[in-house]
Amino acid sequence: MEISNLPISPSIRSKLLSKGYTSLSSLSSISPSFLAQELSVKLEEAVEVLRAVSDTTTSKSAHIPNGIIPGAVTAWDMLSEEQMQRHISTGCEDLDAILGGGIHCKEVTEVGGVPGIGKTQLGIQLAVNVQIPVEYGGLGGKAVYIDTEGSFMAERAYQIAEGCIYDILDKFPSNSREFLSCKERLQVNNFLAGIFYFRICSYTEQIAVINYLENFLTEHGDVKLVIIDSVTFHFRQDFDDLAQRTRVLGGLSLRLMKLSKMFNLAVVLLNQVTTKFTDGSFQLTLALGDSWSHSCTNRIILHWNGNERCAYIEKSPSVASASAPYLVTGKGIRGINSNFKRARIM
Amino acid sequence: MANKLISQMGLPPSLSHVFSARNILTAKDALSLPETDLMALLDIDIALVRSAVASISEATCPPFQTGLALLEEKMKSGGHLSTLLPGLDNALCGGIPFGALTELVGPSGIGKTQFCLKLALLAALPECYGGLNGRVIYIDTESKFSSRRMIEIGEGSFPQIFRLQGLAQKMAGRIIVTRPTSISEFNDSLQQMKLTLLQNEVKLLIVDSIVALVCWDNEKGTISSRQSPLRGSLSFLKSIAEFSRVPVVVTNQVRSHSSDDTFHYIFKGHRKDTSNSERSESHLTAALGIQWAHAVTIRLIFEAHSGHRFIKVAKSPISPPVAFPFVVESSGITLLNQEGISVAGSEINAIRCKGCNILTQ
Repeated sequence: MEISNLPISPSIRSKLLSKGYTSLSSLSSISPSFLAQELSVKLEEAVEVLRAVSDTTTSKSAHIPNGIIPGAVTAWDMLSEEQMQRHISTGCEDLDAILGGGIHCKEVTEVGGVPGIGKTQLGIQLAVNVQIPVEYGGLGGKAVYIDTEGSFMAERAYQIAEGCIYDILDKFPSNSREFLSCKERLQVNNFLAGIFYFRICSYTEQIAVINYLENFLTEHGDVKLVIIDSVTFHFRQDFDDLAQRTRVLGGLSLRLMKLSKMFNLAVVLLNQVTTKFTDGSFQLTLALGDSWSHSCTNRIILHWNGNERCAYIEKSPSVASASAPYLVTGKGIRGINSNFKRARIM
Repeated sequence: MANKLISQMGLPPSLSHVFSARNILTAKDALSLPETDLMALLDIDIALVRSAVASISEATCPPFQTGLALLEEKMKSGGHLSTLLPGLDNALCGGIPFGALTELVGPSGIGKTQFCLKLALLAALPECYGGLNGRVIYIDTESKFSSRRMIEIGEGSFPQIFRLQGLAQKMAGRIIVTRPTSISEFNDSLQQMKLTLLQNEVKLLIVDSIVALVCWDNEKGTISSRQSPLRGSLSFLKSIAEFSRVPVVVTNQVRSHSSDDTFHYIFKGHRKDTSNSERSESHLTAALGIQWAHAVTIRLIFEAHSGHRFIKVAKSPISPPVAFPFVVESSGITLLNQEGISVAGSEINAIRCKGCNILTQ
């Protein structure tokens, strides 16, 4: 990597080149005051340049096979960490099973489908399920819901929270002391108060809120889920320059991945569907293009299979591609079998 | 919020001078560029760019609310326009919601304009009769608005009100009809509307129908060019709805379901679906494509089959998929069955028109 690739401003770069500093090694043993004098810039700017140089050279030393690299972890440590991770249940047992427990934290999951298939329903269900207390098998965290289309309905969130609490109390009828204290927290109003809702009206605001999330999440440390519903809407309307759109989206997805790893939370992005011309015919595919399809860690497509709604895992680094049917009921997203169980008891 | 000026965001003066010198005046300009592009454009180092972007983002980001606060706000301000059709109101948890885009789609002559006329009347009625006591803006692109028919509906549904002298005139006086003849006229009237909606207490906006505008401008439209004239209007309609908390009702047309429309996902493979060839003769699909279908919040499909007409709640964040049989009478649309018939699966999205065409009966 040479001078031309350093992250410094163009005027300083041109000064370096005009004075003959063309490679990093030429800057490796210069003091800041000397450099400041040479380039006739301020001392602070010279310090910045040398810092940029040292940053790039330390990452180059990653090629040293024996050294312990700062910031890296061994695969064994990652495995033990992953096994202790809790997952966010989707409400449907079959879908949780094929996902390996539920939506993973520290990963970005993209969910897409045709209109009316249940993407917003799944989003609201996850925002409720993430708040299930740890004693009942959940994460006990809060949720950030970024709404770009205005599809979040508070009344529906109320219904889903009610249904979730009802099912928890059904499954854990124990009255022991530990559970009694949690039971007080199991109020619908608490669940609703644990959803932080942002209404976004343009792609500028969408970029702004994702940038702002870092500060927000530092303040609200108990947020364990960020949902964006939907990530596509504004980017399909106003962007004329598609190349710029791809770059901006790339920046967004990197930032979201960084947030998910830094704050140990799950990021779920809801996407729309479009038609693409491949193999001589039009096919349905998720919107925002091919470059975007690489940005997310996991990809789930919700589709109609005859008269049933199905979720298909199209892309995941850790689980196999599989399909699971699910229902959208008055209480939220549920599996096919859960209704039958209730019927038999009755 | 996107057009917020950087000069008013409280950045250190040296920084905001650099931004304005390079003609980056609003938040939109600054945030549309990746950070490295900004650094190259402004000639400042990356750490400064990052902190500037962070401050601009914080200033541009809208404030958040908790779900609980949202619910309480909705309880206070109503939030629905009741259609006076009990089954439909139950399914939609109160009626046509404020601040969202509701679409009525169906074949011609099925009753969409009748529904719109009744809604217009309901919004104009005083609150004691279940109305919103406000003005209604009716954008009529196909010259279908008939004031005589509307008064007839009023007399049929609320005989006691309309017998009062002068009330019919007052109600009709609250409904403002505009007839744009091109997309640009339509966009212009939308722009003006943003201000007048609040000033003049407009409580309902109806666009009947939105497709006609596209068809005028584009005779040889392919899928992409058909959507582009409407792109700006679509997000603008949605933002008007959100901003002024009024219900916006839009009518859409249908077109025939050709074999190109049976799109599948790549992972499903190519399946020979022989049943489709029989269905495609009488199956229709909503116009304006899938991008529009994503954008509307609630979709009500009007269709006809087995001798009856049905209103189906096809897409709604809050309702199960149900269909209500209805008839069109002198007093407007009446539901024949208030509980609705549950529709399973993807049938809810199908639009059928059997028995509508007198020539084939």
